[in-house]
Amino acid sequence: MANSLFGIHGAALELRSQRLGLITSNIANAGTPGYKARDIDFGAALRASVKGQGIDAAASGAIRYRVPVMPSLDGNTVEMATEQTAFAETAVGYQATLSFIRGRVETITRALKGD
Amino acid sequence: MAGPVPLTLFGVAQRGMSAQLVRMNAASSNLANAGSVASSEDAAYRPVRAVFAEDYDRASGLSTVRVSSVTRETAAPVKEHNPGHPLADANGDIWIAPVDENAEMTEMLDASRQYQNLVEALSTAKQLMLDTMRMK
Repeated sequence: MANSLFGIHGAALELRSQRLGLITSNIANAGTPGYKARDIDFGAALRASVKGQGIDAAASGAIRYRVPVMPSLDGNTVEMATEQTAFAETAVGYQATLSFIRGRVETITRALKGD
Repeated sequence: MAGPVPLTLFGVAQRGMSAQLVRMNAASSNLANAGSVASSEDAAYRPVRAVFAEDYDRASGLSTVRVSSVTRETAAPVKEHNPGHPLADANGDIWIAPVDENAEMTEMLDASRQYQNLVEALSTAKQLMLDTMRMK
């Protein structure tokens, strides 16, 4: 039901929210020795969910380790500039998806009210 | 009682901030004890350091950070010959805490920057969640 109502945007919103959480994990572990930064390949996850996979499975199937620009001696692969850019990108994407959903809800509400 | 609650983005940021606070406390303890003197090598203050470890939450796939231990550094105290000092031992030596003020200040700065990063992430996420909730 929700899928047919919001189209691709319902899945996109959930995936972006999960990606936001994963990037926050990276930011929190910026000082942890040996921590490997991870990120969701958003395109791959969205394609998987369009093909009928559940959101959680699609997200965890598209998790990739980040390749550091410059490896550090303690094995940590978090690079703050990369993480902050990815976070900002995801936040803006989330807002865009949210406004698509909001527009859809407004359209349906207008149709129901009939004015 | 239900099992452990799956971690959310807010939990990740909150625990990360707590870990950074432990690190800041360790650095300020070291700074407070910089230059403190003892009458034997064993009694001298040794700098403390917080050791972080990844804390992976299987239920949500997120990982946060925890302080796995707070350990003392093994750096040797600085021996100084000062017979006039009230704490000098039989040979007239005193032992000074091996605290590197510059290293502690950088540690402090690094911890506070990472704390700020987490606050920033938290407030962005909070705003997005509020926008989602208030959607009509």
